[in-house]
Amino acid sequence: MKAQKGRKSGRGGSGEDALRAQLETQLSALAGLGPRAEPAEITDAVESVMATVEGDLSAVNLKLYAEIEALSRFIAAAKSEIASVRPDEINTEHLPTATDELEAIVGATESATNAILEAMETLEPIGDELGGETGRKIADSVTQVYEACNFQDITGQRITKVVGALKQVEEKVDTLLAAFGEDAAAARRERTAEPKKKQISADDDASLMNGPSAPGDANVSQDDIDALLASFD
Amino acid sequence: MSSVDMNMHILIVDDYKTMLRIIRNLLKQLGFNNVDEASDGSAALQKLRDKKYGLVISDWNMEPMSGLQLLKEVRADSRLNGLPFIMITAESKSENVVAAKQAGVTNYIIKPFNAATLKTKMTASIGQF
Repeated sequence: MKAQKGRKSGRGGSGEDALRAQLETQLSALAGLGPRAEPAEITDAVESVMATVEGDLSAVNLKLYAEIEALSRFIAAAKSEIASVRPDEINTEHLPTATDELEAIVGATESATNAILEAMETLEPIGDELGGETGRKIADSVTQVYEACNFQDITGQRITKVVGALKQVEEKVDTLLAAFGEDAAAARRERTAEPKKKQISADDDASLMNGPSAPGDANVSQDDIDALLASFD
Repeated sequence: MSSVDMNMHILIVDDYKTMLRIIRNLLKQLGFNNVDEASDGSAALQKLRDKKYGLVISDWNMEPMSGLQLLKEVRADSRLNGLPFIMITAESKSENVVAAKQAGVTNYIIKPFNAATLKTKMTASIGQF
């Protein structure tokens, strides 16, 4: 009790002395009630003291506390919203898929370009053998095809730039995930606990539009398709 | 009358095999059949030091040694510094062209290019053929 007094004295001020006196008065009144003091009466006494304490705070302080509390609520809501959109999926699913698709484009165009060049390399000497106007026309056309095949190099370079940009996005998302780590982790746990069930029906057009299969995916040949269709007969 | 040795060796440098194939075919159409390939600057530099070439046609954007670095190495080498060097690249910003010129490039072709442009720039670099 002595230490408590000393601590209060340390904070100083006539306001605190008055507060202590008021508390002592109310406790004395409660003591007079003996063991029959009702909880509601004790609560009233504490609320009365708390009201006095709040009265001691300045209006500026109260406003500041309210602003901080509102800010805290806003941050909590933002964290919750960001976690609910599952930003970890961007790095674990969306970006890798996008990168794979882009690399598949480069591979496919390169393969197609080489096939075109091979055909032209076969055609070119035939034009030379033919000679005359026909041979010249073939040679000119072959040259135009060679020139047009420049696109593959340009396409590859542009896509490489896009892949670089995606990697930057990935780094930023990583930073975001680190900042909101616990909420994102909670979202991830929730998703793991409840695996997605992709319902596919013939009427659900959107869910059937997956685009070309990626390299490495199990590709279905025309023979497989024919066999599958035949199995319905 | 051609002032150019049509049997000269030409080194083409690009990290895209398709591009090497296109340039090789265009050079063949122009009458140059002795064409060697390299996939980056360091491989090209080794070839240039091992064999006599009359022209280098190089891409810019390659790793580990870029076309610009290759050009600087060539110009810094007393046995190679007079070699005609054409840069064929998608790098079309003026600062790229200026940097290449300052490094001693003989001519500069922007991708995509056509056969006529290649011939014009080659003529300007090695003479009429």
